[in-house]
Amino acid sequence: MGRKLLLEHIDVPGIESFEVYRKNGGYRSVEKALKTMSPQNVVEEVQASGLRGRGGAGFPTGMKWSFLAKPEGVPRYLLCNADESEPGTFKDRYLMEKIPHLLVEGMIVSSYALGCNQSYIYIRGEYMWVLEIVEKAIAEAYANGFLGKNILGSGYDLDLAIAPGGGAYICGEETALIESLEGKRGNPRIKPPFPAVKGLWGCPTVVNNVESIAAVVPIVNDGGAEYAKIGIGKSTGTKLISACGNLVKPGVYEIELGMTVEEFIYSDEWCGGIANGKKIKACVPGGSSVPILPANLITKTAEGVDRLMSYEGLAEGGFATGSMLGSGGFIVFDEDQCIVRNTWNFARFYAHESCGQCSPCREGTGWMEKVLRRLENGQGHMHDIDLLAEINKKIEGNTICPLGDAAAWPVAAAIRHFREEFEWHVTHPDEAVKRNFGIASNHMPLV
Amino acid sequence: MVKVIIDDIEVEVEPGTTILNAARKIGGDVVPPAMCYYSKLQGSGGKCRTCLVEVAAGSTADPRPMPKLVASCSTPVMDGMIVKNKTSERVYDNRAAVTEFLLINHPLDCPICDQAGECHLQDLGFEHGKEGTRYEEKRRTFDPIDIGDKIKLHMNRCILCYRCVYVANQLTDKRVHGIMHRGDHAEISTYIEQAIDNDFSGNVIDVCPVGALTDKTFRFKSRVWFLKPMEASCECTKCAGKAVVWMFGDEIYRVTGRKDKYGEIEDIDGKTAWICNECRFDKKDKSQWNIEGPRVINRHSVIAQNQYLVDERLESKKLTGK
Repeated sequence: MGRKLLLEHIDVPGIESFEVYRKNGGYRSVEKALKTMSPQNVVEEVQASGLRGRGGAGFPTGMKWSFLAKPEGVPRYLLCNADESEPGTFKDRYLMEKIPHLLVEGMIVSSYALGCNQSYIYIRGEYMWVLEIVEKAIAEAYANGFLGKNILGSGYDLDLAIAPGGGAYICGEETALIESLEGKRGNPRIKPPFPAVKGLWGCPTVVNNVESIAAVVPIVNDGGAEYAKIGIGKSTGTKLISACGNLVKPGVYEIELGMTVEEFIYSDEWCGGIANGKKIKACVPGGSSVPILPANLITKTAEGVDRLMSYEGLAEGGFATGSMLGSGGFIVFDEDQCIVRNTWNFARFYAHESCGQCSPCREGTGWMEKVLRRLENGQGHMHDIDLLAEINKKIEGNTICPLGDAAAWPVAAAIRHFREEFEWHVTHPDEAVKRNFGIASNHMPLV
Repeated sequence: MVKVIIDDIEVEVEPGTTILNAARKIGGDVVPPAMCYYSKLQGSGGKCRTCLVEVAAGSTADPRPMPKLVASCSTPVMDGMIVKNKTSERVYDNRAAVTEFLLINHPLDCPICDQAGECHLQDLGFEHGKEGTRYEEKRRTFDPIDIGDKIKLHMNRCILCYRCVYVANQLTDKRVHGIMHRGDHAEISTYIEQAIDNDFSGNVIDVCPVGALTDKTFRFKSRVWFLKPMEASCECTKCAGKAVVWMFGDEIYRVTGRKDKYGEIEDIDGKTAWICNECRFDKKDKSQWNIEGPRVINRHSVIAQNQYLVDERLESKKLTGK
């Protein structure tokens, strides 16, 4: 049984209420930090923990905090990125819905460490019911003296507010999130300056994912060194994985980083294997933006070594034979699934969600989506496959924000590993059209 | 001052200068093209990605190359930075890709477009485009619409450079237009039933790098290379009254702001010489202007066709035979 730090009390009835949460050790980290630690001590513990950002990029959280400019007389802001929108990723929703006080507690401790007196939780617009749950938790924290003026008599003041998003995936990109929070269209900003220097309303700002902020709670409670003992190498601690697709037991799991992919998929404790006794065909291990892995590279690396559920383990082999841990959206496809249709589906998402500011992303994602649509609907040509590969090379690395990369990588990997399936769609157009895998292909008119 | 090397040419610039502006200090073909950057508009740039350059060395302190191509219009130079523009195959390759992306939806209606001859995309396509297209899908199309009594929007031609949005934000006192939708269905539009009728709204035409925003008082009247651009001034209470009047014989066909070699409105007396709508649209009579003399046009420009200004150095070479 894996150790649980975030979901330890998830099954306790009424854990979403302040009383039950408090009885189960809730808000200990706030007491500890505000009464016995300096803000710098908290930052040092987070640095010692080796915690890496859980939003997808995996950048060390302590290092990100250390970049925060601290000019005199200028406020600093902590923003929680709860704009979870990537297909296959739903772990932040689970955490906020089931145990909202953990996020509020993490926000208080993190804000204290960063010297922020006003923090915001930016929640995805579609998560309105989650927003209400978190809002209630914030109100309870205010009522019990954990938010507001002079928290626990420490002299530290913090106000915490929620900002609902407009429902755009791009608002999960930190600078677009800031723009949206400022009341503008959620377009990414050109960097530099980075948010740590000039963020919300021109002030130094840190943007962290929900899970990263929640993880600060056990780090402060038990110490960064203790947290760093969990995991493997530079992948320390635990990670929430949202597993979906053709699995016996899809759901949100907290794993210790470093367990094998094989155990995660096939053990009864976790996903319980592939549904209906089918074989596994492919897996997207870190949300729809990361490269897809074919069956032979899911549980073993190209060298035949067990693949591990960690930042390094899933990236083993680079983009040629590996993938990424990303945001932990673990999507499994069985042998009946169509990779072309799935790739088109992902491409549709990114084409729709591109903000439209920079030419390669605006035009490139739309172009890829249209070519994939033709291929899936039996109207493609053999040269379309190379065209797709070339378009995504021209998008990758040339855009303002990482959405371009996120759109390009899945297409590139799908062609790299499943080229014969794309070719089959060209050589068997009638059969390709007749199949029905549940995606309503008539939603978008063929042009 | 910091020293930067761009395409093997060293230049000294103020700290904080962008790579693009450092290159502009050198001039010539070292300067990357820019479709969305406009030095007179705050916040512009970084979007079209035509100005991407390769940074072969970040600085003297950290000489590591930057892994990705960077937008030269928004990346500040560092002391000892080495930049490759025309000397980088990677840059040319990516610029060709951006050109292809920009031409996906942009119609090649140069024979009827009023921007022909002074279109940045035309230049970019000429230098980096291919003879054919690989885009087989249906292009997006819009009906031209009036966004004000004197401005016509041809959304088909728009490349979403955002320049006109910045003009509306920064130059006019009420903004009624912007970007709607996102991705490849994004479009410039006025807010519902609105029109741009501010005194300086006509400047959206001058900043548009393509033919998406056109002057209704000039549309289809003449090709620019048949006209004679003359510097002119007038007594105006709203703007500085310094403009270029485009004449055919004694008739003024159109009036624009005075633009520099990068197609940007010039600074005159320390201020950007935006012109007001009255000067632009209403003063079409020669008697309303003090004609100062012919506008100097780059001899490589199509506008310079048949309009010779005698280059004294060339003439003396011809005479002496050296």
